[in-house]
Amino acid sequence: MIEVRFFATLREGRGKITQVPAEEASTAADLLRRFDIAAEEVAILLINGFHSKPEDAVKDGDVISLFPPVGGG
Amino acid sequence: MEERYIRNLGALTEEECALLRTKTVFVAGCGGLGGYLIEMLLRLGVGTIRAADGDAFEASNLNRQLLSSPQALGHSKAEAAAARAAQVNPEVRFEAIPAFVTEENAARLIRGCDAVLDALDNIGARRTLARACAKERIPLIHGAICGWSAQAAVVMPGEDLIDKIYPEGAKLGSKTSLSFTPPFCAAMQVALCTRLLAGRPLETGRLYMVDLLDMEWESLF
Repeated sequence: MIEVRFFATLREGRGKITQVPAEEASTAADLLRRFDIAAEEVAILLINGFHSKPEDAVKDGDVISLFPPVGGG
Repeated sequence: MEERYIRNLGALTEEECALLRTKTVFVAGCGGLGGYLIEMLLRLGVGTIRAADGDAFEASNLNRQLLSSPQALGHSKAEAAAARAAQVNPEVRFEAIPAFVTEENAARLIRGCDAVLDALDNIGARRTLARACAKERIPLIHGAICGWSAQAAVVMPGEDLIDKIYPEGAKLGSKTSLSFTPPFCAAMQVALCTRLLAGRPLETGRLYMVDLLDMEWESLF
């Protein structure tokens, strides 16, 4: 399984953490599509704590963290 | 030590308080974050605050911006900051600049400062400010809010945190903000700024994110 963690406004309608069968996603972009998140809605994408990009590969046991842009003042 | 700073002692040493009185900081924006940053810096006792904002108050600011009031609607945010500074701590030298931070003026605005505090409200201006800080070799204290969330970081010249947290194509969604989020974020920024100006060790290039809805704290990079 791949664990997907949502933060801040990305939790709305998705909860905090969910598991996705590893065979259903080969990249982080596959996970974004699965949860109906546009690339521009994600500011920080971490794979196992490392700064990553949507096109980066994901595999069984990975933890993906998704943070939206926070930019108000 | 002057009596107005007596309660700083203990948390700060007398030497650190004296050091803060020699420092100059730039606050980019006098809105939600900026109003609280300026208030905290004034009471802390930094030497000089230079603050810029080309905007005027509107009614939608009233739910969170410290310097706003029904009487201030339509008036300059930078001038309101100067009036507040004169009221709260006239010993602090305060320079109000009624202008937005742009590519053309950014380097000039921050030149000579010991730290720059980000109280901007859009990604483009943040990138401009970060580039100017890198060029002028001045530490940037980033801060940003959205809804229940606040984030802050110290970015030293040469660190690419702003590019990491605002990647090409990133778009800000909702402009929602609550009354308590800006002061929380400003407190994180001023705490980081105080450590920096007092010469205490601190981690830089690290993003601190707080979710006040779920009461969670994340430390990234």
